Amino acid sequence: MGKNVQAIGITRRSMLEAGGALVVSLAAPIAADAVFGLRSAFAQGAKPPLAPDQLASYIAINGDGNVSAFLGKTDMGQGLFVAIGQMVAEELDVPFNSVTVVMGDTATSVNQGGASGSTGIWMGGRQMRMAAAEARRVLVEMASEKLGISVEALTVTNGVVHARSDAASKVSFGELIGGRYFNVQLAWNGKLDNALYAPGKAQPKDPKEHKIVGQPIARADIAPKVFAQQDFCTDIKVPGMVHGRVIRPPVAGAVPVKVDESSIATIVGARVFWDRGFLGVVAENEWNVVKAAQQLKVEWSQTRPPFPDVGALYDHIRKAPVRKRELGKESGNVDEAFKNAARVIEAEYEWPFQSHASMGPACALVEIKDGRATVWTGSQKPHYTREGVAAIIGMPAENVRAIWVPGPGSYGRNDAGDAAMDAAVLAKAVGRPVRLQYTREQGTGWDPKGPASVHRARAAIDNAGNVLAFDFVSKGFSRLDVFSREGRPGDTLAGQLTGAALRSDDAFRLPEQSYEFANKRLAWETIAPLLDRASPLRTSHMRDPAGPQVHFASESFMDELAAAVATDPVEFRLRYVRDPRDIAVIKAAAEKAQWQVRPSPRRDQAGNAVSGRGIAYAQRGPTRCAVVAEVEVDRSSGKIRPRKFTVAHDCGQIINPDGLRHTIEGNIIQGLSRTLWEEVKFDPKNVTSIDWMTYPILDITETPDAIDIVLINRPEIAPSGAGEPSTRPVAAAVANAIFDATGVRIRRVPFTPDRVRAALS
Amino acid sequence: MTQINLDVNGKAHEIDVDDPDMPLLYALRNELGLNNPHFGCGLAQCGACTVHIDGQPVRSCITPVSPVGKGKVVTLAGLGTAEKPHPVQRAFVEEQVPQCGYCLNGWIMTAAALLDQNKKPTDAEIRDALSGVKCRCGTHMGILRAVKRAAEMMG
Repeated sequence: MGKNVQAIGITRRSMLEAGGALVVSLAAPIAADAVFGLRSAFAQGAKPPLAPDQLASYIAINGDGNVSAFLGKTDMGQGLFVAIGQMVAEELDVPFNSVTVVMGDTATSVNQGGASGSTGIWMGGRQMRMAAAEARRVLVEMASEKLGISVEALTVTNGVVHARSDAASKVSFGELIGGRYFNVQLAWNGKLDNALYAPGKAQPKDPKEHKIVGQPIARADIAPKVFAQQDFCTDIKVPGMVHGRVIRPPVAGAVPVKVDESSIATIVGARVFWDRGFLGVVAENEWNVVKAAQQLKVEWSQTRPPFPDVGALYDHIRKAPVRKRELGKESGNVDEAFKNAARVIEAEYEWPFQSHASMGPACALVEIKDGRATVWTGSQKPHYTREGVAAIIGMPAENVRAIWVPGPGSYGRNDAGDAAMDAAVLAKAVGRPVRLQYTREQGTGWDPKGPASVHRARAAIDNAGNVLAFDFVSKGFSRLDVFSREGRPGDTLAGQLTGAALRSDDAFRLPEQSYEFANKRLAWETIAPLLDRASPLRTSHMRDPAGPQVHFASESFMDELAAAVATDPVEFRLRYVRDPRDIAVIKAAAEKAQWQVRPSPRRDQAGNAVSGRGIAYAQRGPTRCAVVAEVEVDRSSGKIRPRKFTVAHDCGQIINPDGLRHTIEGNIIQGLSRTLWEEVKFDPKNVTSIDWMTYPILDITETPDAIDIVLINRPEIAPSGAGEPSTRPVAAAVANAIFDATGVRIRRVPFTPDRVRAALS
Repeated sequence: MTQINLDVNGKAHEIDVDDPDMPLLYALRNELGLNNPHFGCGLAQCGACTVHIDGQPVRSCITPVSPVGKGKVVTLAGLGTAEKPHPVQRAFVEEQVPQCGYCLNGWIMTAAALLDQNKKPTDAEIRDALSGVKCRCGTHMGILRAVKRAAEMMG
């Protein structure tokens, strides 16, 4: 059995074979000259246990001298593996093409958190960089001993250690350790997930020396996708496999009370599995299981419709008891400052539930055999998929292997983890490997949702138009009602339907900006879910969890304040923003967009089609980003036509500018889609957004004419995340542009034509 | 069991199906082992399952397999290869278009059919022709660049 590899230059299937090159080393005899000294101390023939404090867990030099880098994270289509390959190749001084990054297989990588919070390069890359630097240090020491030349007199070129003064005195990495494993302990910080950090003794290179890092290297996985040669998780098949589907209730919270198996008796091979709230069907043939899932007659329990009408959502949020309140650092005395205000500006903003609505509904394959289980999953956190599956089938986690295989993009805790758990339940029940795929209705209707929220902002203004105090509180459903990982059955539908204990956590988010006001208070509050078990409106992480919500409100409000004091929105922000990197992105975006300094709104337009521009900015961890949106508003239809976005982005050192640009473009478009169209609708019984007609997303006729991107590269600052930050300011930038064009403030997402038209009339 | 003859990517196939109303998608994926196109919605709303039948883009998820008959079915794998790419495929690689890539069948097969009919489409014509295809990752800017690049190659 080989590894699943998101390969550089080769398809997954061929990598299964190429990955075997490493395994060959197990059988290779240790060379006689390697049994003494450093080379035996640093190298070993048998693979050490996969542990976070072992260099071998991250880096291996294969028999052919090529490098394998084992990453406990996954690439959700933004090219993470290219950037990691660049960082590893750079530190090791090997050609980029000699590095293969092996991702997201619990058999080959330690738990680095999977895809999570834009940490792929930021935290995953930090570890891989340190591991690669340590590997190079160790290899140079081994070469020093072999060549009888001091470490200081050696250097490395393309994987060959040689004397600085004499290139003929050399030994390659392959000759030093190829096919064997590092036996080097790292200084592990004892943490798993994103926080895992295990440096060695080596220091990484000075960024001034970087030759591979910073290059716009292309993704080699694109050609196999374009030529239909790459398997997705939906394409994995194993012998003896059956197809599975699950059946969800028409009223959320209902459970089956009677299942009429005779209703599918005519469908070849169809079988039912029913355990408490869990109901699934399997069949040998996929189309037959699709039909069986549709035809099965089920009587459901009578349950009170659990939801308010969608129109009452924000009223519900406002009135619901606060389950947890968290206050950020308060400066000054906000309540006192409001007493001295010449004017008080107040506004409230609303954001709906949104669905990950991945391009394909989730799919997983689970095989249970000889006391072990294997899971093929598109989940972005396979190490937690392993834990969840192990728990739900009652097997020790070490007997479960989860193999991440690229699936439809996930954008957070989508439906992939639930599918793996459902497949595991069915595989255990029927004693066959089960490939389970959701329907579109389940993919959109039953994935964990991005939380709906209401945001209240107040500011005290003095006579001179200065902000005396800023008071901002978000109130909404928790972004961790179900955890962002499927490691506990209680966080998955399969677990919740079979009685697992619930643990709804509380988390939202504070605005991340460096505005300095003398008196400032930022807070968030969470409320209980509308239905506590097996809810289609359970909430979890969706790309930049709660970030778009919070910054839509905070950056719209900054614009309202600027307008209230008749000041240009860029100039107004620059009065209060303190961090020099924040100032730089705001200025860079404005300059690139040829921002005209004047207060909003414009007052020089008549007629039906009006245009405007708006700016918004945010930090996300160490990354900061400013976005200028230019939009056209059709006043009679209410339709927003986005014309152009200008983005200035600073995530520290840039590893791959092309990958970064594509990532930012995707964030802007997805952010725009969420801003203009996306809202999960529901009625008292259930979610009614169940496909692309009832959950519309942006289509290509609405795509902007241009996205201009200014990348601010800071090689001296460690790279931080880019997977989410630029999605954060999009909604506010668009809202501010609509205000500039029309003088009307839209405070509720999405800005559908109906809503805009109503606001304008 | 019903016997069905299919012409897919230039090869004749004979398959037995339990249900002649089974969509073509399932025959391609499971009977013929073509791990492409993809199931995206089963409702002809997204395009992830798009194939050509006699040069026309068709949503295989709702197209019953039995009436396909002698129609020449071409999937993404049959449109071109890494060695002999269709210009749209080449442009998608050169522009590094996809993120997850699950939607690619829809965009590439629809764009290839467009450029077959209209060698020099305007920006508006491209957008209009592709308006029924979905991409969730938000790679639309790259798609527009690639289709324009392909049009230039073919012009």
